[in-house]
Amino acid sequence: MVKEEREIANRPDNTAFTQQRLPAWQPMLSAGIVIPGFVLIGLAFIGIGVALFVTSRSIQVMELDYTGVENSSPCFRCSDPDVKNCMCQLDFSIPSLFEGPVFFYYGLSNYFQNYRRYGVSKDDDQLSGDLDSFTSPSDTCAPYEFDGNNKPIVPCGSVANSMFNDTFKLYQIINGTRKQVPFDGKGIAWWTDYNVKYRNPSVTPLRNAFNGTVKPLFWPRPAYELDTSDPANNGFINQDFLVWMRRAALPDFRKLYRRITEGDYARGLPAGDYSLEIAYNYPVLSFDGRKKVVLSNVSWMGGKNEFLGIAYLVIGSMCIVMSIVMLIVYAKFKFPEEE
Amino acid sequence: MLRRRLNRLLGGDERRVDSRTICVGHGSCSAAEAFIPPKFCDNRVVSSKYTVWNFLPKNLFEQFRRIANFYFLIIFLVQVIVDTPTSPVTSGLPLFFVITVTAIKQGYEDWLRHKADNEVNKYPVTVLENGQRIRKESEKIKVGDVVEVEEDETFPCDLILLQSSRDDGTCFVTTASLDGESNHKTHYTVPDTEKDLESLNATIECEQPQPDLYKFVGRMHIDKNDQVPAVRSLGPENLLLKGATLKNTQKICGVAVYTGMETKMALNYQGKSQKRSAVEKSINAFLLVYLCILVSKALVCTTLKYVWQNKPGQDEPWYNQKTEKEKDTNLYVKMFTDFLSFMVLFNFIIPVSMYVTVEMQKFLGSYFITWDKDFFDPEINEGALVNTSDLNEELGQVEYVFTDKTGTLTQNNMEFIECCIDGFQYKYRDASSELDGFCVTDGPVSKLQQKAGREREELFLRALCLCHTVKLKESTERGQGQGQRLFDQVDGLGVDGEVLHSTLEQIGFISSSPDEVALVKGSMRYGFTFLGLESKTMKILNRNNDVELYELLHVLNFDPVRRRMSVIVRSESGDTLLFCKGADSSIFPRVRQEEVERIRMHVERNATEGYRTLCVAYKVLSAEEYAQADAGLSEARLALQDREEKLMAVYNQVETGMSLIGATAVEDRLQEEAAETMEALQGAGIKVWVLTGDKMETAKSTCYACRLFQRNTELLELTVRTLEDGQPSREQRLHDLLVDYHKKVVQDAPPVKAGVSRSWSSAGQDYGFIIDGATLSMVLNSSSESNSCSYKNLFLQICQNCTTVLCCRMAPLQKAQIVKLVKNSKGSPITLSIGDGANDVSMILEAHVGIGIKGKEGRQAVRNSDYAIPKLKHLKKLLLAHGHLYYVRIAHLVQYFFYKNLCFILPQFLYQFFCGYSQQPLYDAAYLTMYNICFTSMPILAYSLLEQHICIEVLLDNATLYREIGKNAMLQWGPFLYWTLLGVFHGLLFFFGVELLFCNSALQDNGQVFGNWSFGTIVFTVLVFTVTLKLALDTRHWTWINHFVIWGSLAFYVFFSFFWGGIIWPFLRQQRLYFVFANMLSSVSAWLVIILLIVLSLLPEILLVVFRNPRRPNPRQKKPAQSSVGGNQSPRSSARPLLMRTFSDESNMVI
Repeated sequence: MVKEEREIANRPDNTAFTQQRLPAWQPMLSAGIVIPGFVLIGLAFIGIGVALFVTSRSIQVMELDYTGVENSSPCFRCSDPDVKNCMCQLDFSIPSLFEGPVFFYYGLSNYFQNYRRYGVSKDDDQLSGDLDSFTSPSDTCAPYEFDGNNKPIVPCGSVANSMFNDTFKLYQIINGTRKQVPFDGKGIAWWTDYNVKYRNPSVTPLRNAFNGTVKPLFWPRPAYELDTSDPANNGFINQDFLVWMRRAALPDFRKLYRRITEGDYARGLPAGDYSLEIAYNYPVLSFDGRKKVVLSNVSWMGGKNEFLGIAYLVIGSMCIVMSIVMLIVYAKFKFPEEE
Repeated sequence: MLRRRLNRLLGGDERRVDSRTICVGHGSCSAAEAFIPPKFCDNRVVSSKYTVWNFLPKNLFEQFRRIANFYFLIIFLVQVIVDTPTSPVTSGLPLFFVITVTAIKQGYEDWLRHKADNEVNKYPVTVLENGQRIRKESEKIKVGDVVEVEEDETFPCDLILLQSSRDDGTCFVTTASLDGESNHKTHYTVPDTEKDLESLNATIECEQPQPDLYKFVGRMHIDKNDQVPAVRSLGPENLLLKGATLKNTQKICGVAVYTGMETKMALNYQGKSQKRSAVEKSINAFLLVYLCILVSKALVCTTLKYVWQNKPGQDEPWYNQKTEKEKDTNLYVKMFTDFLSFMVLFNFIIPVSMYVTVEMQKFLGSYFITWDKDFFDPEINEGALVNTSDLNEELGQVEYVFTDKTGTLTQNNMEFIECCIDGFQYKYRDASSELDGFCVTDGPVSKLQQKAGREREELFLRALCLCHTVKLKESTERGQGQGQRLFDQVDGLGVDGEVLHSTLEQIGFISSSPDEVALVKGSMRYGFTFLGLESKTMKILNRNNDVELYELLHVLNFDPVRRRMSVIVRSESGDTLLFCKGADSSIFPRVRQEEVERIRMHVERNATEGYRTLCVAYKVLSAEEYAQADAGLSEARLALQDREEKLMAVYNQVETGMSLIGATAVEDRLQEEAAETMEALQGAGIKVWVLTGDKMETAKSTCYACRLFQRNTELLELTVRTLEDGQPSREQRLHDLLVDYHKKVVQDAPPVKAGVSRSWSSAGQDYGFIIDGATLSMVLNSSSESNSCSYKNLFLQICQNCTTVLCCRMAPLQKAQIVKLVKNSKGSPITLSIGDGANDVSMILEAHVGIGIKGKEGRQAVRNSDYAIPKLKHLKKLLLAHGHLYYVRIAHLVQYFFYKNLCFILPQFLYQFFCGYSQQPLYDAAYLTMYNICFTSMPILAYSLLEQHICIEVLLDNATLYREIGKNAMLQWGPFLYWTLLGVFHGLLFFFGVELLFCNSALQDNGQVFGNWSFGTIVFTVLVFTVTLKLALDTRHWTWINHFVIWGSLAFYVFFSFFWGGIIWPFLRQQRLYFVFANMLSSVSAWLVIILLIVLSLLPEILLVVFRNPRRPNPRQKKPAQSSVGGNQSPRSSARPLLMRTFSDESNMVI
């Protein structure tokens, strides 16, 4: 008896797992599966590709460079860094109705917002309203941690400091009179950024929270005066600020500035002449950058992007071609494995 | 051990003498001289490496001594010290994980070694101290202790035999576990000492420990109170070796001379060197490549960074000004730190976690061997044992198998099978069927139920009973009561069922040759029992239960050149008879030719069946003839010069004109399925070498029985015998033979595709090569320098072209030498040694893979092996199924790991071109850390444990499949290049696909834009999905675990990303990923690009698989896509292993 028990104890378990005999599905990629699969994938991709391509084609985009490099540019005057508070005006016309809602972007190029040192140069605690970080900002903010008088900068760091500060006004010129196109500055930043991630300190009035701190060196106004008209768009939850703080992935980028959703322009910008008034503040020529504004409408796939549609079409048709080639190859080999 | 040796060399230098002095029983010996008892090592056997106290520091030290770990430690330190893009946690955490897992594993393994050591060290032994018998633990034996050993116990240390329970002062031992010889050897007590051990006052002076088993020189000074001290010389016949077993002797007493690590057995073991598998060498080579890629990436980035910064405005744009510290730093220091930062950023390309995964794969995977119920042997009630899990995949790479014979190929169990008398076949069928046990089979030879004449029968049986040198085992009447030993110790097979005299039933026979015992037993079954030899008289009990007496006049001893032995006896009736038995080739020329043909058929048939055949002849000597022979023999025996030759001449003269009576067939029972196993191995392209300490004839017949030699195999012999044929000088003859064989086998051989292909039915001639130990040492240590090298090469080349090589009369260390020779030969083939005895340990340790058989000869082989299996037949499944699968699994694992890390890091590298070479990571730190640990580790681990690209039955049935993975086929540069290119392709696709999408970063229908972390997250999502699905595509064996793990880790990735981005983590400085993932999923474009890139990455893969298909005849045997990319013959990498790192336990202690 004892021996028998020992034997049972020693004997390996006879389970499917220990004996490597687990029931298993052994897929075979045979021509019978792959060729129809390729055809299906190809068709689906071509379908998506067509939809994307058509959609992308229907999106209207208007880009206006206002860096002012060329002498002829109306903003040439402003591109001189010594000129302060320069205003310039860009006239353009829209040949046909620019369907709404129209999105107004500003774009910068050769601007490395994805620079590592630049990217870490901010203090998320500060930006979520933590008053302790107001007096002692994170050292990642260097060199915009303290000003020359050793006073803490709020919001600290390079990202905040370099916030884009050109402002735009768009006028439609109707019979020689300028009619301002109303801009909607809400909903241009991520909902979570606006509502959760960035918080003003719970101090009223807001400016008291900033006692003993200085504004970022580059800023004309302190943070609590970013939008004095609307407390819900002021301080760290100013939407322009939020848009800026979300760093762009690539050195040529555009950021949403305003939406045109109101009044007469809710359906879009009607054909006609327009004038863009620019408060030119942001220097880019020192690093060979460019500035532009982009008017665009969006579809379900976002802004205009031909790449996706073309890629889908190409791959879809490649699948079809490959399935035909495979069919030929297999016909030649007479389907050796289908018995 | 080394330390101990050093101690001995340094510490004891004032007494550094060539001999040691031992005081028997620690008595008051040599009171005259001031005798300082020297310190000898204790009898402890230590194979463990750590103690509880030194485990942590020693283990850490060992782990960081490995370059890979050290590399990761450096990366970690760089991250801590220098301002780098990723936090130290990203590399510190995996490193910590690796170190911990390895430490736990090694700790566990060392614990097992401690346990094994304790088993040996705590074995109870009896020590005589001051006349009292004291039970002690084996480890407490000191040099000089008098130890008592009982029958069937093994000696706990090397002993000088002082006293035996046998009258004649002898004892029998079997050294099966030392040198594989299972016969009984006689050892002698030191003369004059056996009387009274208590009063014995003696010292022993003997040489320092040395490994030669057969050499021992010593002196014993016996002080008797009143007389001058007597001096006795001691030789190997007085020395009982540790590991040998006492047989047929109730008990002995001996004094310990060498203990513990100084015993001859311990000295015969080489240190267990660290074994590294070929896969690991490949990994190291690949690592080198990846390290180069890493460094060049970092260099490229650093260079470009400074080139780029030279352009005006780029170095320090106003929006990104440098800190004071940065400005102050020296340019070159900055460059260097930038370089380090890039290294840190890209260091994930060398996967830390690969080691963990490989480690776990090996460790867990080895359980499948342990668990395999096919390896379970109900007889010994044990299954397979895995001692090192590092070599699993090496089992799939074996090119040479070195096998022991005794106990491995054979059961070491001689059995009389049949005989033929006057051309009639007698087969012994069932012991209990008839009293006389005679059954005549109706074989092809004797179609009728015929028997030879009774007279011839009896003559034949008498011959069997008389013509031998068997001694009767100390029978039961003496000492102990009857029936104490029901079992015969010589060989357990039995006469038990047979109804004979109850006393005879228990007769045991001892002989230096187990064949003779089998023959004597065989004749006993047929009614003729040998009753022993008493003062030159042999007694035989014949069928009528009468005792016949024969006077033994002369024994013409067996020697391997004559290959026969004879006895001359005088019967009661006064006839002088000569009985001779020997190999057919030596008997046939000496008998009347007309008798030969009838028997030759039987002999040949038996031989092809693998039995050991002997022919028996006799001759009646007339008085004159005898007188002449007697005179001749006596004269020759007294001759002082050329005694051997003179004896030989007389022998030859006497053994002529005999008449042939019959032949016998004795089977050394093969292990179960030995022949099938060998056949399968050869079918798998593995060359089998038999290394044995046994005689050539025996070994040869075993080879025939195992079908290692076939009937049409041409045997090339290079033995002492062939060397002594004719030629004046052995050297010359050796040279001639080698050149001759080489010409025959190597040069004239039809050009076969090297090595691998060999089919049984091929038209080409099969060659078998036979060499013996003495000749081998001549080949290896040839006197002239130039010759020895070329001899060695000739020898190797011959052997490599032979299907089977048989090396007989090998000393344990010679076996290792052979293995080493082959191991280091061109192409460094993977070798496997399999054996069961302690004599095989050295070759088990030497070979790449050592396999121990849990046989009868102790546990030495098992303890020193890498794998232990109960039976030889299990080797087939171990290699063909387990080895093959493990290799494919781990090869795929390795390639996949490099691939997935390459396409992981390549986008990050490419991103540097778009972020001003600022070391901006593309992925969040959490992703960087988790990618290898969580997101992609489990599917490949499951794959590498469960994958069966070909199912086990098919692998076992088609041994040739084993060749497909030979020569490390899946880890050659070809497949490696394929995987690397695949990784590059995927990496490029991921990055540029998403980059093109981000030309317009407004990807949502509300016009909002995505930032850099969204970019990274999209790339990462594509990456995780593609890499996982790529593995899914390669998986041929989807168990529920694979499903669970593959879909589970994808689900986990999605879940984790939501979770990680769904909460503001208080411990994080920057909430980079807050809601990035969720936002990404809200964008249709992101979805579409992810799908697009995944499909695009995998399409070529699918195409490749499909286009490969039609050319494969049997889809079930299809290999994973990359298998045939690397040619079988491509040279192995010779790159020095850079990041060498094994998890093996390199124990610096032996045993």
